[in-house]
Amino acid sequence: MNDVDLAPTNEILSKYPADARHLVSVLQDIQLAYRYLPRQALEKVAETLGVPLAKVFGVATFYKAFTLTPRGKRVLRVCTGTACHIRGAPLLLTELQKRLNIKPGETTEDLEFSLEVVNCVGACALAPVVVVNDTAHGNLTVSRVRRLLSTKEKASSSNQEEEN
Amino acid sequence: METVRYESAEGFARHVNDLRRSAFASQRRVLVCCGTGCLAGGAQQVAIEMDKQLSALPAAKRTELNLVMKKTGCHGFCEKGPLVVLMPEGTFYKGVKPKDVADIVHRTIANGEVLEHLLYVEPKTGERVARYGDIDFYAKQMRVAMRNIGHIDPASIDDYLLRGGYASMVKALTTMSPEDVLVEIEKAKLRGRGGGGFDAGRKWRSAKKAMGDRRYVICNGDEGDPGAFMDRSIMEGDPHGVIEGMIIGAYAVGSHDGFIYVRQEYPLAVEHLRKAIDDARGRGLLGKNILGTGFDFDIEIARGGGAFVCGESSALMRSVEGKVGEPRAKYVHATEKGLFDQPTVLNNVETWVNVPRIIEKGADWFTSLGTDRSKGTKAFALTGKVKNTGLVEVEMGTTLREIIWGPGGGMIDDGPKGKFKAVQTGGPSGGCVPESLLDLPCDFDSLTEVGSMMGSGGMIVMDHSTCMVDVARYFLSFLTDESCGKCVPCREGLLQMYGIVSRICEGQGKLEDLEQIESLSQTIVVGSLCALGKSGPNPVLSTLKYFRDEYLAHIQDKRCPAGVCKALITYKVNHDACDGCGACLRSCVSQAISGTIRKGETFQIDEMKCDRCGACATVCKRAAIAAA
Repeated sequence: MNDVDLAPTNEILSKYPADARHLVSVLQDIQLAYRYLPRQALEKVAETLGVPLAKVFGVATFYKAFTLTPRGKRVLRVCTGTACHIRGAPLLLTELQKRLNIKPGETTEDLEFSLEVVNCVGACALAPVVVVNDTAHGNLTVSRVRRLLSTKEKASSSNQEEEN
Repeated sequence: METVRYESAEGFARHVNDLRRSAFASQRRVLVCCGTGCLAGGAQQVAIEMDKQLSALPAAKRTELNLVMKKTGCHGFCEKGPLVVLMPEGTFYKGVKPKDVADIVHRTIANGEVLEHLLYVEPKTGERVARYGDIDFYAKQMRVAMRNIGHIDPASIDDYLLRGGYASMVKALTTMSPEDVLVEIEKAKLRGRGGGGFDAGRKWRSAKKAMGDRRYVICNGDEGDPGAFMDRSIMEGDPHGVIEGMIIGAYAVGSHDGFIYVRQEYPLAVEHLRKAIDDARGRGLLGKNILGTGFDFDIEIARGGGAFVCGESSALMRSVEGKVGEPRAKYVHATEKGLFDQPTVLNNVETWVNVPRIIEKGADWFTSLGTDRSKGTKAFALTGKVKNTGLVEVEMGTTLREIIWGPGGGMIDDGPKGKFKAVQTGGPSGGCVPESLLDLPCDFDSLTEVGSMMGSGGMIVMDHSTCMVDVARYFLSFLTDESCGKCVPCREGLLQMYGIVSRICEGQGKLEDLEQIESLSQTIVVGSLCALGKSGPNPVLSTLKYFRDEYLAHIQDKRCPAGVCKALITYKVNHDACDGCGACLRSCVSQAISGTIRKGETFQIDEMKCDRCGACATVCKRAAIAAA
């Protein structure tokens, strides 16, 4: 944990005026760069923007987009919006939890998968939906969602193939 | 085309005229929908293939066809995606795959032949429909806020200009005074589309009158209600429409700084808005001295952090300021002290995009649409158990029945469980409307009267396979998760209610629980600052009001009539329908199914081993497995 490379943090900070109002934006960029918010980066942000570290942590823990622990290579976000819910999202979530042996918000030990729930990705017509990193997979069933955990290539093309 | 900067209204008009006469305007178009829904279905690959196939045509043929491919925003018919539309003919292809592209180019585009297998089949008549406008889903809509979506390339400002874009802004800035604009919006009786339905004109007026050093306008694109995606579609598909609306609003109230707050889950919307803002700035439509009128205005994008409560205006403003997004008491309105404690006008995406239309066509036209107190149109995100899911924009006052059986095409499943049960409107603040109220006109006031809400326009249709107690539990779980925690009745009360409803779902409920829920609800409504708490009990109260028998079935008979609540159901094989294919056996990871895979054989499910994941029921092609 001690060898976090702060170069990306410094680069991000240099893009914004040193004003507390940019705190959320800065944290978002850091989250994108590291896939989580390393403590050292937060300290740097607090110092540069002139915001107390406690406030930075307050913001970092308030918003769901931020995590303080590293996330896996593939982040599976199960949409639990209403449309997805009534079309079987809870079954998908239970299945993924069982397969990966982690709860929502957790990451597998090998840092391969993270499991998250999201309230709605706005792709309700394709319900139920699971977003893997930035790709949405729609019209999933329990048996089809299992395929998202197989090899990467398969996971990205398993989606609509057998739809028709 | 070389870069242009408009120094005056004349310069703008001249350029648009040139554009109309240019080769660019007369091009035939292949529109490939690249909205979030279609992208999930593989639209990107379709677009790439289309580009490849079109450039492979001989040069002479290409000149003859004068064709261009456009990646458009969301057409709103996501379920049938990826969509390809050929203009000006209006040929509409659904479910297009990369392998279909060669046929589209060589047969339809080059020879005018229609590919039957890609056409949409009208569920009612079973007929194939060739043209965009003839499909019931589109024909029964009235698109005002979404009129450009799907017709333009959101990344092209010229496309927007050719559809009459920015003309309203030029009209407002050069022929109307700020007061004229404000009066027009007041006369139009435009009400906020984000949920509250507050009069936009009144909001603008009080922000204009308020004392302050600076004034801000904000576009609320934090579309948090699950099941609503019209704002996503508008931001992705018509970003300039939102920007134009904001410029007009800023001019009316005297603001020079605007913010668009977009939720973190919508990366494509951010991308398109960024490009649109840069392009508008490049043309001199944003920035200093717009069109030489001396009016300055610019827009910044703020990204949300994934907190539902930030869709609430005061919480949103704290978030833009870089703080924790908690709502505050509203004894001082945001129109007086909002963002950075300055007068602020905040409207949602759909409200802003209506503004240029009102300036273009006039308040009289706008008030001729809709009902007495709700004018204009409203976009609904129609989802759930209907045949056509997608975005539907209809005149205010259209009944629920007309929406669900009109553009929606009716219920998806014709079986006994597929009958209509309820429609949920208004997201977590709304409620469930039963069959007896289907002829209710959809406007702000009627939906509130029956204990639901218009909200941002989510409309989730439920059939008899949906458990209403489970739906209530779902919303409570959502709200307990999203309550920011500032007001104790909301934070603790919703949690307690969640506990009670969960117990009912697990078959541990008591009759007294129902009274407890009602009394808790009252406390939460009275004791919460913002709408999250104030309307939080709605989903529970409305299901309790209209579907009390389902609660009673869970409590007294320990039965879940819809077959959803895991503790109260078992999966059973209907031996008469089973043909022994064994798909269920292979899908079960709990080894709960036994039997031999052979024609004529059937299977047994061991209730003790079964963990009710439902995988077997989804893979069974003969629908022989069901929960009861």
